[in-house]
Amino acid sequence: MTRSNWEVVIGLETHAQLKTNSKIFSGASIAFGADPNIQACPVDLALPGTLPVLNQEAVNHAIRFGLAIGSKIAPVSVFARKNYFYPDLPKGYQISQFELPVVIGGKIAIEVDGVKKEIQLTRAHLEEDAGKSLHDDFVGLHGEKSSGIDLNRAGTPLLEIVTDPVMRSAAEAVAYAKELHSLVMWIGICDGNMQEGSFRCDANVSVRPIGQQEFGTRCEIKNLNSFKFLEEAIQYEVQRQIELIEDGGVVKQETRLYDPDRQETRSMRSKEDAQDYRYFPDPDLLPLQITQDMIATIQSSMPALPSTLRNAWQTSYGLSDYDASLLIQSKSTADYFIELLTLIKEDLVKPAVNLMSGDLASALNRDGLDATESPLRPTHLAQILLRIQDGTISNKIAKDIFATLWERGASVALADQGVVDALIEEKGLKQISDVGAIEKIIDQVLLDNPKSVEEYKSGKEKAFNSLVGQIMKASKGKANPSQVNQVLKEKLSH
Amino acid sequence: MNWHEKSLTELSQALSAKKISSVELTHYFLDRIEKFKGLNAYLDVQEDFSLRDAIVADQKIARGEAGLLTGIPIAHKDVFVTKDWKSTAASKMLENYLSPYDARVVELLGTNGAGMVCLGKTNMDEFAMGSSNENSAYGPALNPWNTSYVSGGSSGGSAVAVAAGLTPIAIGTDTGGSIRQPAAFCGITGIKPTYGSVSRYGMIAYASSLDQAGPMGKSAKDCALILNAISGYDPRDSTSLRKDAIDYQGLLGKPWSTTGSLPLQGLRIGVPEEYFAKGLQAEIRDAVKEALKKFEELGATCISVSLPKTKLSIPVYYVLAPAEASSNLSRYDGVRYGHRAKEYKDLNQMYERSRSEGFGAEVKRRILIGTYVLSQGYYDAYYLQAQKIRRIIAEDFQTSFTQCDVLMGPVAPQVAWKIGEKSKDPVEMYLEDIYTLSPNLAGLPAMSIPCGMSQQGLPIGLQIIGNYFSEAKMLQIADQFQQNSSWHQLAPSSAGVQI
Repeated sequence: MTRSNWEVVIGLETHAQLKTNSKIFSGASIAFGADPNIQACPVDLALPGTLPVLNQEAVNHAIRFGLAIGSKIAPVSVFARKNYFYPDLPKGYQISQFELPVVIGGKIAIEVDGVKKEIQLTRAHLEEDAGKSLHDDFVGLHGEKSSGIDLNRAGTPLLEIVTDPVMRSAAEAVAYAKELHSLVMWIGICDGNMQEGSFRCDANVSVRPIGQQEFGTRCEIKNLNSFKFLEEAIQYEVQRQIELIEDGGVVKQETRLYDPDRQETRSMRSKEDAQDYRYFPDPDLLPLQITQDMIATIQSSMPALPSTLRNAWQTSYGLSDYDASLLIQSKSTADYFIELLTLIKEDLVKPAVNLMSGDLASALNRDGLDATESPLRPTHLAQILLRIQDGTISNKIAKDIFATLWERGASVALADQGVVDALIEEKGLKQISDVGAIEKIIDQVLLDNPKSVEEYKSGKEKAFNSLVGQIMKASKGKANPSQVNQVLKEKLSH
Repeated sequence: MNWHEKSLTELSQALSAKKISSVELTHYFLDRIEKFKGLNAYLDVQEDFSLRDAIVADQKIARGEAGLLTGIPIAHKDVFVTKDWKSTAASKMLENYLSPYDARVVELLGTNGAGMVCLGKTNMDEFAMGSSNENSAYGPALNPWNTSYVSGGSSGGSAVAVAAGLTPIAIGTDTGGSIRQPAAFCGITGIKPTYGSVSRYGMIAYASSLDQAGPMGKSAKDCALILNAISGYDPRDSTSLRKDAIDYQGLLGKPWSTTGSLPLQGLRIGVPEEYFAKGLQAEIRDAVKEALKKFEELGATCISVSLPKTKLSIPVYYVLAPAEASSNLSRYDGVRYGHRAKEYKDLNQMYERSRSEGFGAEVKRRILIGTYVLSQGYYDAYYLQAQKIRRIIAEDFQTSFTQCDVLMGPVAPQVAWKIGEKSKDPVEMYLEDIYTLSPNLAGLPAMSIPCGMSQQGLPIGLQIIGNYFSEAKMLQIADQFQQNSSWHQLAPSSAGVQI
């Protein structure tokens, strides 16, 4: 195979389900997992006489998205009917946007193997989802094996986000999809749940000999609902197209489906079968008008974007790329850090980041929690950091405190400001910095370990560490380590 | 007592004076409906539900909680969905269809609204597509002036029911003349208000950008009363207008201007020359001219104006309305409700057979036209082009309204024709809509009032077209005419025709 002679061209169309309470054109709920057809009102069932009414929150989400990626928000966009017959499409048409979408252009930055790239977006438009056809395990009214239709999903608001054909590898496509996925969750417009289908991608893939200007014939791979499948499907499809052409064949424009079990794409329908959707403006809906005032209102409620936060933190606190990435991995982590920043002075920022990337990250990870669900709130972290700084507790004790508070769980979250101090008091964990007390412990340890003393004096440096360990153990970890070092050295030098 | 000859105001007074109860009045009309069921005006009558509503109305009257319309019977075109009466749109596709909800108009007029009593659902052309009521899957409603003649369409059943005294008033819908033309053919008064005035929620859609509901009654006054009850913003219809309420009765009985000695002094009536061109029956032309003369006697001035794109309204309408219809009717696929073929091999055959069996010929014709004009390669030439001309037609009207207050002309080029006479040639039938289509395309209010009789004894209608939101003025003008003429008082029985 002569893959190096070929250039891969990929464009992605992503359907992000918008986080709203109700459907895009009706008042029915969009919560996932209800019994079939429970969340379908007369509008969703396309009963005679029903009419669509646009859900403003879906529009607001589209505006949020446009603002987040620097798009033009169309002052006027138009809903159109896409006409085709299918049992899970109750009206016989899908309300979508065709010629005039709400979001035009915009960019998303990605990085693959240290190389940065900006992915240009074509557009994003609002549309309604269809229902679901149930074929397997469906039992009809009279117990017979049958096919059924569940219209709970019909009318669920979607934002279809379309890129230009600018990606050149499966890795770039996955990096873009991940970046987009984290962005839509960050700005709160999509829950990002790929298993439930809240975020799914269609990949348009073609290949061309390196240096060729015009694009090769593309195939569209539909409904990829994990990053793994996206990557595998593109890799398979690229391979298939190259081999096909190199064997003297021609790529046919078609829609394909990815079969994750067999790790291959299969033809679903060819271009010749493609339907004429007879798009025309929906006469039941007025053109969607978005004023500068509406945009300004939404702009003022937008959260700071991850790239903005990264730059700000790296400039102000000198955070490493690694630390900064960790803090912006999710909005909840960033929000946690932002709150923590308000509670501590600048000299504690670096220890704070360490505590978040260390104890907090591993505890959250272990318990499968999000930063918003952490039993330890930023105020607790701030108290711990302050007590380390003023010498009340050691780093080691701090870890114990963290672990204890974590185990006490939710009750801690509600506890008052002094919870860390109270715990230090309660467990007697206060660091011993009293020289007299430390000397007393050291004297006892030296008395009990004459052998180690001998070894140290005969030049074995290791024996010193062993003695320190014994002292810390005898003090139950509370002795101030630097004082222990100092006093011990003095005593051994006599 | 001939209760079917009474105006809404008279019925209201009789009810509040306890001269008759709503239950008695309801029985009275249900009896007439039964007696004249040969006219085929109604598609569904449910005595129990009507009487239930009448009992509630009588209770309200007894408690002194009655409004102006409480207890008065009304009939709804079968294009409005209703919980208690079948809603078929005169199609086999929806035979026996019961809606889980009431249309907004039905709700506004019913027990929880104005308190009127629904007598049933009236006949129409299937899915409101037609100009003669011959496209009903349940047979045409017959013209009460001569039952060999068509009633007009698509709101033929509502027009017949009012004209024959089978209801005091009815609701119709008008997409290209469907209130005005049957009103003219049956000798009653009907008004299609400005697009967006009345909610379309629960109106089975034909062509969404043109459909508009309105009252059909014995006089402009009666229509004004009903229009007050049914118009207003509805959040469930995105094309419904957010506007301060208009009092459609507000100008009734008032002179056009305070300075003149005549009631319509100062009124400028635009008479579009294109509305009197070739093809107009002489007796209609004469009757309309006679009516215009009457308006001049009442103080108005007639001015000749031009609506040069009138002819184009036919091709424009018969591109746009079918385009929307082809999409609006896609939901009737046999999957969730409505007619489903008994036998089919697969999904496609289920669609094909259900729709082939469920729809009538004219509906199929318009679905095909609509599908064609929206298809790739034809969209620009047909649909987009038609939209452009639609805007020009609207502009033409605005130009004419700089010279006049209202426009007047005939409703249709001919009086009612014999049943079957035009049903073989759809285009000939489409040409009958020439005067009524453009107000729908422009979204303007337009009405029809009786203004004469043909030699054969068939009614002739005068069309009044106003500017946006000028319904109160139009009703004022029409009422002045009716105060000074008697065409609207003619009824089939009084004209000596046995029904």
